[in-house]
Amino acid sequence: MKQFLSFVRKEFYHVFRDSKTLLMLFGLPIVQIVLFGFALTNEIKNSKIVICDYAKDEATQQIISKIEASRSFEIQKTLISHKQIEEAFKEGDIKLAIIFPANFNNDLLHLHKAQVQIIADASDPNTANTLTNYATNIIMDYQQELMKNNAMSFHIVPELRMLYNPELKGATNFVPGVMALVLMLVCVMMTAVSVVKEKESGTMEVLLVSPFNPFLVIISKAIPYLFLSLINLTVILVLSVTLLDMPVNGSVLLLFGESALLIITALSLGLLISNVTQSQQSAMFISMMGILPTMLFTGFMFPLENMPYPLQIIANAVPSKWYYIIVKSIMIKGLGFSAIWKETLILFGMTCFLLIVSIRKFKTRLV
Amino acid sequence: MTDVVLNNIVKTYNKGEVKAVNDVSFEVNKGELFGLIGADGAGKTSIFRILTTLLLPDSGTACVNGFDVVKDYKAIRKNVGYMPGKFSLYQDLSVEENLNFFATVFNTTIAENYDLVRDIYVQLEPFKNRRAGKLSGGMKQKLALCCALIHRPTVLFLDEPTTGVDVVSRKEFWEMLKGLKQQSITILVSTPYMDEATLCERIALIQNGSIMSIETPDNIIKQFPDTLFAVRANDMGRLLNDLRNNNQIKSCFSFGDFHHITFQNNNEHSRNELIQSLQESNFQDIEMKHITPSIEDCFINLMN
Repeated sequence: MKQFLSFVRKEFYHVFRDSKTLLMLFGLPIVQIVLFGFALTNEIKNSKIVICDYAKDEATQQIISKIEASRSFEIQKTLISHKQIEEAFKEGDIKLAIIFPANFNNDLLHLHKAQVQIIADASDPNTANTLTNYATNIIMDYQQELMKNNAMSFHIVPELRMLYNPELKGATNFVPGVMALVLMLVCVMMTAVSVVKEKESGTMEVLLVSPFNPFLVIISKAIPYLFLSLINLTVILVLSVTLLDMPVNGSVLLLFGESALLIITALSLGLLISNVTQSQQSAMFISMMGILPTMLFTGFMFPLENMPYPLQIIANAVPSKWYYIIVKSIMIKGLGFSAIWKETLILFGMTCFLLIVSIRKFKTRLV
Repeated sequence: MTDVVLNNIVKTYNKGEVKAVNDVSFEVNKGELFGLIGADGAGKTSIFRILTTLLLPDSGTACVNGFDVVKDYKAIRKNVGYMPGKFSLYQDLSVEENLNFFATVFNTTIAENYDLVRDIYVQLEPFKNRRAGKLSGGMKQKLALCCALIHRPTVLFLDEPTTGVDVVSRKEFWEMLKGLKQQSITILVSTPYMDEATLCERIALIQNGSIMSIETPDNIIKQFPDTLFAVRANDMGRLLNDLRNNNQIKSCFSFGDFHHITFQNNNEHSRNELIQSLQESNFQDIEMKHITPSIEDCFINLMN
């Protein structure tokens, strides 16, 4: 036991005396949260559009003022001829064009039918889709206002309710994703170099010629990082609650418990990498290679359900995928342990597997 | 009583391409200060690593304290002290923290074996809060020795402990080893410096993985087959060439201020003849004297 504590103390010294490690440990999560929270969102604000209005009547004026009032659009300019539209798209960052034909109001009132053309820049299909939806919604809105005046016999009004995230904030989706990503990456990278560092510096050679227990060494390497990662998690949570108005609807204790589980999973993975590599560089390289699959398969950037079946199976092997589900359930839906026991069990199984393999891979001799 | 036994140890690298240790056998007695002398790449480190259970030999057997290096490696690791050739302590830990850590790893405390390391540690004490990475080369070696000794090992393996250390520190280091001998610790030390060989009780001269001779330093010198002379003149470079081209000379090597030579037929006549021929070749200040060979002379002689 004394031996073990001495190992743990030594590991703490290593961490606290390496300013680069500390910077990475605490700098990365803060940068990530701020980046994903503010800069990188899939909400669409202030898209530049052009309007070509041949009618210039009451109806079109009202619709245009509605569009102007919307936070999503910013009218760049009004065109005189539709021939200028393509030019406008090519010229600049115009995302959408709306064209009202002549006699728009007349057609609407007398023929009960009027047409409006919406042209979107579909080089980014998601944005184009979202923008055309927004524009259509605004026009439909106007139509409903009209219908209030002349009563119509049949009338279906869809009553929409956005559950768990009524304001459709991107942060609600991103924060659990960033938590999963940051904890995964930081823990894997930190521990990936820890054992191999001792191999490189030669201290492992001295350690091997001593009655130490490999299991204790490996566990003691993970403990400082577990401790620091929990602090890290607290920082992320405080930041996202205060800056990004994230809800924490479920039990904070459960959230920390589950996070500790993911941290241990990631640490075990890092230790495994460290045990099978021979240089810090290759350990770092392998853990860097893990960034992309972690980002892709966690599910917060691209929905997993839309991926081809083989990729969905691969995603199951990514621990952060399960953690992402857990965090969303606890933080946003406010669910208890009974809803996430399956994911917890999977993470637990992964941890045991990784730990056992990394201890078995530990070499008791050189080479 | 023997503490270390090697029987026909062979170790190859790169799937047998490089033969690092070639059929090496020797024994080290209890309480002996045994030196492994050889140039870089002679196989010294491989032998040390096999004995400290870090490498598996390809063939042959070896025992330390009566334990087999392959089967009973755990028992050996408890009882030996090992100081690798490269400084291998935690550079970001202070002197005291390093020593404390290694004491705990071996389930002991500094206080328990302080008498063993006291003489060395008092020199380190003024720097005990300094990080190990910031110590001078000599101080690093002293700390490494302390850490290797802190659990009172029965056998101490020191792989090139004085390489890259200044002359004064080297001398101090060997004084320390003599002190440790009083504590009846068996010491196996390797060095590329021939002058350190005479400080050992017995030495093994090793070259290209094979042992050339195992003897006390005195006996190795006694076994030198020829009479050795040292020659000096004003133009040493030309002198070396001339001597090597002289068919009366059996061997000739440059040794600092002198060239060491042996004759094919050592007698008064051939010596006079040499001096005469050197004078004829316009050498000035010719000096020739009879000397006792050093270990290095013996080593070079054995190599050829």
